[in-house]
Amino acid sequence: MNNNPALTFTDRGIYCAAGDFYIDPWRPVDKALITHGHADHARSGHRSYLATHAALPVMRHRLGEITAQGVSFGETLAIGGALVSFHPAGHVPGSAQIRVEVAGEVWVASGDYKTENDGLTEAFEPQRCHHFITESTFGLPVFHWQPQSAVAADVNRWWSACAAAGKTAFLGAYALGKAQRLMHMLDPEIGPILTHGAVEATNVVLRGQGMDLPDTIPVTPQTDPKAYAGALVLAPPSALGSKWARKFGPQESAFASGWMQLRGVRRRRAGDRGFVISDHADWNGLLDTIKLTEAENIYVTHGYTDIFTRYLNENGWNAQVVPTEFEGETLDTEGIE
Amino acid sequence: MNRFARLFNAIDQSTKTNVKVAALAEYFQTARDEDRMWTMALFSGRRPKRVVTTTKLREWAAEAAEIPLWLFEECYPIVGDLAETIALVLPPADTSNDLSLSHWINALRDLSQVGEEARKEFVLTAWSQLGGTERFVFNKLITGGFRMGVSQKLMTRALARATGKPEAELAHRLMGNWHPDDTTWEALIEAEDASADASRPYPFYLAYALDGSPESLGETAAWRAEWKWDGIRGQLILRDGGHFVWSRGEELMTDRFPELARAVDFLPPGTVLDGELLVWHAASDGPASFNVLQKRIGRKTVPKKLLAEAPVVLHAYDLLEWQGEDIRQTPFATRRRLLEQACRTLPADAPVRLSPQLAFDEWEDLAELRSVARDENAEGLMLKRADSPYLVGRKKGDWWKWKLDPLTIDAVMIYAQAGHGRRANLFTDFTFAVWHGNDLVPFTKAYSGLTDAEFRDITRWVRKNTLQRFGPVRQVTPHHVFEIAFEGIQASPRHKSGVALRFPRMSRWRQDKPLQEANTLDDLNDMLRIYG
Repeated sequence: MNNNPALTFTDRGIYCAAGDFYIDPWRPVDKALITHGHADHARSGHRSYLATHAALPVMRHRLGEITAQGVSFGETLAIGGALVSFHPAGHVPGSAQIRVEVAGEVWVASGDYKTENDGLTEAFEPQRCHHFITESTFGLPVFHWQPQSAVAADVNRWWSACAAAGKTAFLGAYALGKAQRLMHMLDPEIGPILTHGAVEATNVVLRGQGMDLPDTIPVTPQTDPKAYAGALVLAPPSALGSKWARKFGPQESAFASGWMQLRGVRRRRAGDRGFVISDHADWNGLLDTIKLTEAENIYVTHGYTDIFTRYLNENGWNAQVVPTEFEGETLDTEGIE
Repeated sequence: MNRFARLFNAIDQSTKTNVKVAALAEYFQTARDEDRMWTMALFSGRRPKRVVTTTKLREWAAEAAEIPLWLFEECYPIVGDLAETIALVLPPADTSNDLSLSHWINALRDLSQVGEEARKEFVLTAWSQLGGTERFVFNKLITGGFRMGVSQKLMTRALARATGKPEAELAHRLMGNWHPDDTTWEALIEAEDASADASRPYPFYLAYALDGSPESLGETAAWRAEWKWDGIRGQLILRDGGHFVWSRGEELMTDRFPELARAVDFLPPGTVLDGELLVWHAASDGPASFNVLQKRIGRKTVPKKLLAEAPVVLHAYDLLEWQGEDIRQTPFATRRRLLEQACRTLPADAPVRLSPQLAFDEWEDLAELRSVARDENAEGLMLKRADSPYLVGRKKGDWWKWKLDPLTIDAVMIYAQAGHGRRANLFTDFTFAVWHGNDLVPFTKAYSGLTDAEFRDITRWVRKNTLQRFGPVRQVTPHHVFEIAFEGIQASPRHKSGVALRFPRMSRWRQDKPLQEANTLDDLNDMLRIYG
């Protein structure tokens, strides 16, 4: 690394001196470049925001009045002495990796990413760079995802069995991204898809920007559960087993999350089923991506940073841990990635 | 192993007892004899002999997964289960087969006849043929410990549904040291005469804890009271001129307590006693503390000196079989009368003593007796309904244990370690300290007593307040005070603090209590003087 790296790690977040901006900062700054709309990446209180056109509607919905500028995927902006472009991260709709080039030195801050094309989110595009900042949420060799189609078959089989048994199927998933991805995987022939308010609010925003989502029926206080035999209800994990859910009578509940790979976590959630499906890269996804970037310097953030960094260093990379205040995806919040 | 894996999934994926029972019953009805025998064996804690060390398993798994061993070792505590960690790191299976559960168990057993290279080849081949749950189950067959939410009670219920036999009878048939290699489904479950095995114990009847006062139990006249001893619950079986000693955990302990062999000199064959194994000191004519008994528990053979220092007697409090007849259905008062008769002629040095009944008229009399239980080295009282039969397992209503309130002390958490299985990744195992001047002296560990939500809170806190790591153990900032409840305290030169606690657990998280106000080593020593 030279003496004046294009990006540095500060107590406010990732900083670019040449362009005087921050990437996903966690304290208020003047200019914030945001990878995606999840709460620990897109925080409130910045003077101005820059994000992809596809990510902005959700951010506005969540953060209220913000001063924001949109950018297209692949469009290059000059900010001060830095060339900046946003590239699909495949994490949730609109999510981006942010590429920053200063005097020929290329950095990529990848935010959260997944490598499998889920058919809904802009597909991940690895970027060649010198310095790559990667997450490591599932950076252990015990995390290996099945292809989405296999998980979809499992989920639909479970839903069918619930419907056949006269039970409502409750599927817990994060309201932005995971819920819409699951909607996309569900077989609407089995029954109606009902949504919790938190999920539906995001659906409305995404439909508003032209995204093609299956039909859903929002659950309201007036909703008569009996009118929807064989339904599946998509809800945030916190709503499962709640009073709100209980009015549906006989039911089964399931979580959809990468953490469901671990039997201990699955059992602790005490839901009936756990489906292993994540919007983050698995072990091989992380390693394959790092190879494709051709970067020599790897900065490892939120997740199993120590272990993943040690592995990278033993295998020829120059890796280091970057401290972070992101905590959206640790086991503490298991199941609600 | 497909079928067994499906059963495993059906049980593992549900939290509902009736779903588990239905899945098990269906399996017991339809599986082959050998497979259902092994299924019963696995779910009742019997397991194939271990043929591969876990050290080797780890090495081979890391090698097959093409990861360094240290990385495997890092994954293990996060997953919280060795069999599962191995199943997860390995590449997907490249072929498949449908060999039965008992096929795999027999093949594993035969490995003891071959050398290490052949064992390794067998295991690696199995891993490449088994995917998902099957691979996990296969690993569990090697590492042992099928703890998966199937209690003996639940299994017995499923068996009853599958066979149409009463649960209590099946519970009895499943007692003792049967093994799939030595018996058959027919002999164990179906045969008319279930008493063929002279060593077979009866299922223990277990009491519920009484919360509050016994007034709710009604008239005192209907009840009998005894000391609740702090020893090992045991069953002494005298049949065919021989004797057998069983623990409540269904462990055959005959050889550990050789002094009980003399019981055959004083009691007739066809006698089964339920009672408490205690170290009895003739000089004080009273039981020694559990600490003394502990010296005996771990020893399969007992040196003469220890036998003299810590002689064990059975304190009999119930008679289950008399003159070869199962009398569990006769009322407790009658069984007790027979027991007293049987014990009347016992000499003072016999290894069996009659556990006394306590006289009382009013519940207040009992409350008074309970308050001095510690002086008797008892941990409270047992209340038994005079007309109660001897039931199977833990049943509410006829038997109650009215234990002493535990001793408590406020202590500071200084180390934390993650749990296993269901508690993987949660910090649940803590070390606690008391003040000694300005130092914190560790004196006990505790694992239980908090809710899942509290464990989650403390886990989050531990992650942020780790000072140092020693392998899986984290030293944390001294900050949180917990009330530790325990049943007894003993001097212990092996512990830095000089004391050892019995059954320590966290009774309260004292978020209201500042660090400086935790108890001191002097407080602990005062308790040792009073209760030790």
